[in-house]
Amino acid sequence: MLVLQILIDGFAISTLYALGALGFTLIFGVSGVLNLAHGGLLVVSAMIAYYVGTRLGLGAYIGAGAGILAGIVTAMATYLLIVRPIQRSRVIPARERELFVLTGTLLWGVMLQEMLSYIFTDTPITVKPLLPGIVDFLGVTTPANEFITAAISWVVLGCLWLLVNRTKMGKQLLAASINPRGLTLLGFELSRIYLLVWIIYGVLAGIAGILLGSFLGTSSEFIPALTGSAFSIVVLGGLGSVSGTLFAAYVIGYIETLTAYLVSPSLRNVPALVLLILVLYIRPQGLLGRR
Amino acid sequence: MNLKGFIAARSIRAGLLASAATMLVGFAGWAVSPAQAADPIKIGITTELATIPGKAIANGAELAADQINAAGGIDGRQIQLVIEDDHLSSTDAVSSFQRMVKEDHVVAVVGTFVSEVGLALEPWSARLHEPYLITGAAANQLSQFVHKDYARNKYIFHAYLPAAFLAQAVCDASHDILVNQFHMKTAVILSEDAAWTQPLDAGYQGCLPKAGLTVEKEIRFSPDTTDFTPIYQQLASLNPNVIIAGWAHVGVQPTVQWNTQHVPIALAGINAQAGSSQFWQATNGGTEGVITGNVAAPGVAITPKTLPFSDAYQKKFGYSPAYSAYTTYDAMYMLKDAIERAKSTNALPLVAALEKTDMVGTQGRLEFLGQSSQFTHALRYGPGYVTGVAIQWQSGQQKTIWPLNLANAKAEFPSFVKLPKMAAN
Repeated sequence: MLVLQILIDGFAISTLYALGALGFTLIFGVSGVLNLAHGGLLVVSAMIAYYVGTRLGLGAYIGAGAGILAGIVTAMATYLLIVRPIQRSRVIPARERELFVLTGTLLWGVMLQEMLSYIFTDTPITVKPLLPGIVDFLGVTTPANEFITAAISWVVLGCLWLLVNRTKMGKQLLAASINPRGLTLLGFELSRIYLLVWIIYGVLAGIAGILLGSFLGTSSEFIPALTGSAFSIVVLGGLGSVSGTLFAAYVIGYIETLTAYLVSPSLRNVPALVLLILVLYIRPQGLLGRR
Repeated sequence: MNLKGFIAARSIRAGLLASAATMLVGFAGWAVSPAQAADPIKIGITTELATIPGKAIANGAELAADQINAAGGIDGRQIQLVIEDDHLSSTDAVSSFQRMVKEDHVVAVVGTFVSEVGLALEPWSARLHEPYLITGAAANQLSQFVHKDYARNKYIFHAYLPAAFLAQAVCDASHDILVNQFHMKTAVILSEDAAWTQPLDAGYQGCLPKAGLTVEKEIRFSPDTTDFTPIYQQLASLNPNVIIAGWAHVGVQPTVQWNTQHVPIALAGINAQAGSSQFWQATNGGTEGVITGNVAAPGVAITPKTLPFSDAYQKKFGYSPAYSAYTTYDAMYMLKDAIERAKSTNALPLVAALEKTDMVGTQGRLEFLGQSSQFTHALRYGPGYVTGVAIQWQSGQQKTIWPLNLANAKAEFPSFVKLPKMAAN
């Protein structure tokens, strides 16, 4: 019984972690940007979904639609207002641009946090679940929303896989991540590809934010922790590696769940952080990283 | 940028004050009335403005100041509030406390709803001889600090109930409702790990058995916890009748997860965020059936002042007051009353007058405990004074279920909660 409970809870939380970190690793893989405002994107989407779905009373689905739209808008704002101006700046030396992007997105994350806490307060809220009620799964009582969350996450992950591996657009994204200069020489417009990947990132972050918000609640105060956990998962899996991110999300999700059940819920974050430090020592490129 | 903005704001304020002073001299230079009589009485408000209870402190103070000023002020002098955001940080709170005392010359500082921040401000209140009324935090140590060294720390007043009294109120309500009406026998204490819940849990451990509930386990969790599933699974295997909570930093997540996971155990105790009217929306209705202790409740006239206050608050801010709005509003009137009796805004006479406070506020009859009590300068708890109420969320509304003489509804639980009576059938 306990084993099944751990399996179900671990699966749900790990899938959410994977979805939450996927956009982060995608945007790094394709455009080399470590977006430290990542948690901000997730929380903005969740907050807007809550505002439209609950406060305005338009229901879970319209709320979710508005949340995804908010994710895209915030991702575009991050790219067009923060990242691109720094990348194109002639004042900042080329070799320092990455550091400036890092700092810029960090500050943007703080701005998003302050703005959200000003508008919505920092008291947590929950996004309306897409599916209310509970399911008795082999004797384990589990909220139906947990299943739908896992299902949606896997559908989204599958769609992304198809997009990257089976479409022309996906091939361009892959090429941009491997050799952007080569792609430009072949006549592709890199800026258009970057714009596209930021839109995809916005959709992914929007969906992840809404699902996280309905499962664990959301608040502007969660932004740094959400960025931190996506960062940990991505570093553990290997920066820019999508399969590594998936694998690391499940490793972290299950270690946390096991700790919470078998040791103490207060210590759930500790073993995963220890593992992260060990990986940094022994295998700095991450579990499935190339470099 | 922050600093610049702050300096600019201060300069503007100073500029306005200077212009006002010049105008006063210009127009009334020849008049005999001393300018001092018209000087505003400044009161500092220290709180965190981005949280519901924190904002409620500022709101409660503003409403009281508006009403007092409209009625002619304190002995003809208007109240001027200096509201500073402590960002829930002790460091920010201490520096803003010092600024309010040294630069703004406030006669007293009111506010704080996090005990850790209150404990950091107390030594500064003592050092600067500045009356400080804590209106939202609950740790026992806040008033025990005054008891330990009265001569030095007498400037501090805990204008709210210490955790020990909050625990007693929960036990009293549990006895009348859960034990007498629902025949509950077992409880699990589930508290966030924070300064205020240590004495609260100790209080629960002491008084719940006397109220008729055996404590099967005490679980403390980190306030950062977001997934409560493992805790609820553990609780379900213990199968107690009720969870007695000690939550203020958390609230939404454990409540929603209790509901969505259909945890078959009643949820009561103190779930501070559930005291806010916005909690229903924040939890998407997941708070249905949740019981929490609160200072007061909508529509319940604890005293003749309760309803006029909550109505005026609703009208001014568009939502109902959180617990800390009641306490802060009362603290402002206690200050007014003390200044009028002391005929002074100096610290020592003000402290002496505050100690003699005996007035009816929105929460009950207000009196501070004396030097002999271990909770020196905390509000007196008990029938006839302040007891608080127990409210339960029923169909989107906060209903009062305790004290029984004020109750406007009977307790009822969601169908997924297994009640002892039902189990016996």
